Amino acid sequence: MDLMEKLTVLTDAAKYDVACTSSGVDRGGGGGLGSASRMGICHSFAADGRCISLLKVLQSNACAFDCAYCVNRRSSDVRRASFTPRELADLTIEFYRRNYIEGLFLSSAVVRDADYTCEQMLETLHILRTEYGFRGYIHAKAIPGADRRLLARIGLLADRMSVNIELPSQESLRLLAPDKSRESILTPMGFVKDKIQESCTDVVRYRGAPAFAPAGQSTQMIIGATGESDLQILKLTAALYKKYNLKRVFFSAYIPMVSGSNLPAPGTPPPLLREHRLYQADWLLRFYRFEASELLDERQPFFDPLLDPKCSWALRHLESFPVEVNRADYETLLRVPGIGVRGARRIVAARKSCRLDLDSLKKLGVTVKRARYFILCSGKYYGGNLVHDAILEGLLSGNALKKYREERSGQMTIDDIMREEKQACLVGQM
Amino acid sequence: MPRRTDVIYRYDGSFEGLLCCVYRSYYERELPAGIESAGAEQMQLYAAIDVETDIAHSARVARAIREKISPQAYGLVRRAYFTCLEEREMHILRFLRLGFAKGGAVMQMTADARVNIIYRAVRNLALEKDHMSGFLRFSDYGGILFAQIEPKNDLLPLMAAHLRSRFGGEKYVVYDRAHGRALVHGDGTDALIELDGFEPPPADGAERHIRGLWRRFYDTVAVEGRENPRCRMSHMPKRFWKNMTEFQNEKDSPERTALASDTVLQLLQLGEPKL
Ligand code: SF4
Repeated sequence: MDLMEKLTVLTDAAKYDVACTSSGVDRGGGGGLGSASRMGICHSFAADGRCISLLKVLQSNACAFDCAYCVNRRSSDVRRASFTPRELADLTIEFYRRNYIEGLFLSSAVVRDADYTCEQMLETLHILRTEYGFRGYIHAKAIPGADRRLLARIGLLADRMSVNIELPSQESLRLLAPDKSRESILTPMGFVKDKIQESCTDVVRYRGAPAFAPAGQSTQMIIGATGESDLQILKLTAALYKKYNLKRVFFSAYIPMVSGSNLPAPGTPPPLLREHRLYQADWLLRFYRFEASELLDERQPFFDPLLDPKCSWALRHLESFPVEVNRADYETLLRVPGIGVRGARRIVAARKSCRLDLDSLKKLGVTVKRARYFILCSGKYYGGNLVHDAILEGLLSGNALKKYREERSGQMTIDDIMREEKQACLVGQM
Repeated sequence: MPRRTDVIYRYDGSFEGLLCCVYRSYYERELPAGIESAGAEQMQLYAAIDVETDIAHSARVARAIREKISPQAYGLVRRAYFTCLEEREMHILRFLRLGFAKGGAVMQMTADARVNIIYRAVRNLALEKDHMSGFLRFSDYGGILFAQIEPKNDLLPLMAAHLRSRFGGEKYVVYDRAHGRALVHGDGTDALIELDGFEPPPADGAERHIRGLWRRFYDTVAVEGRENPRCRMSHMPKRFWKNMTEFQNEKDSPERTALASDTVLQLLQLGEPKL
């Protein structure tokens, strides 16, 4: 099989993996090839609107395991290919030199066994880092069940490591991924966490000690292949952040490509809106100081399809609004729909020198259309009536409003709402 | 209050020159009707005064900005100078006049139009720089990397450090077709050279092969059924596309001639320190 074919097969096999950020380390160039920047750089955007930052491929898709939800599973009828470590290292360098990519995102199906797979990946990283002196970004996936010593060596070459948690519960795992277990996943996750911590203290103690996965650890889970509620998923997410010190938890809407008795039928639309809502909630956990229990509870275990979690929270807490933008503290501002992290910071800075009105808020990057229901500017309220239904109607724009009315009359699809929101690329601009 | 006048300042286009315009505006207590760089089209309505660039004057203004306003203000103005903001020189002058009156507090006066316009322009510059750091595409000509860009803002001076830290061990030329300049990086040194109407030569077989692999990756990585052209466009505005490998069609471009890499090599030599 020629390189073009291999690249096609192994890109295709890796692309449903959503985690592709390349942030978290700052490393200046050393005169050779490559540097890493804390913010990460998007080098392109694919036709689906996703950022392309890393060369994201599998080392191989010839899997010995048989996870029911996976296109690469042993019993699946797909073309198989493997990069030799040399091929993949060379390809990475050629792409990197041309500024196509920020680095490499390397994962693999389990070829023969976990250790052999890790050895192949390790060899690729070794050629890149040691032989070519490559200083760009590398994200490597740990293969569940692999020898610790191999993981330890990969961690010294990679910037970030991740172990996929795969499914949101042990029960689901047992059902769909018989070759994996909670232990085989959580053990390496804990190991990586310990190593990272250890290396942090080492790096402080001895200058020049090699850093272990300096950009930290992340994980990913599949949404919608199994029956967990948003509440369960969000709680798990919060726990993972705490317990394993993760940098990111990624969600991946399950796209049914294969059939299986325990799975949604092929052709079932992937739960993109759910994925989107979970990312918004994740954002609220990480940057807006929300707790999982504030966003969902037993009575309401799923997110509102019509409203983002922040608006939905605000609507349930109208008693704490409106807030005066000229006085409210930073934390309070953060909770106002339409005011983002940057907006809140700018407000706090700008109001030192003048009183803010609606117009100046606009200039500061606040989405006044949404915020006006929840704020006062020098005592003035611009939101009409501070009542639940009126605000809800005001918040739902265009299509969503139509759907909301239709829903009340008993018919509704959420696809359009989501399309609208996705197009607005709302993530991160809540 | 400065006198409003009907004269415009003409300066040499350098940042130091601009600071000398600020100097004159204070020295003469006058507000010019405009400031233009010598190369630009003339505003016929007004009489122009040539403002000489005097390093002693510009240094004084630079120090005054740092001390009377703030070091951050100096950084902001320095970046504003590279933006494509229309009449940026006048906006910078107005901002500085406000700054000298209000001191460091001017940096927080983001709701004031004179401050806001500078911040917006600089934010736009930063955004375009971020975009370009990702979207710039090199081609390999016999071991030398060449890229063509067409930014709105004057990005080359600002991108030099990033490129050097990332590709420092390579030899490269980044040609800004829109501003008629090129950044040339030879053996560890950077140079900016004037360059107009340069046509990048066609690529050789090995280069085409890599480009083809990249296009294949680009096409394959998108999840079919999740096309989202508006999202793609808002993150990656169309104006960048024509210089990006993933949107170029190799079929209708000719194979390179033997001269191709020589042409690029010559560019590189233009930036080499003369012995
Ligand atoms: S281990 Fe499971 S999820 Fe991973 S490639 Fe093999 S079948 Fe797919």
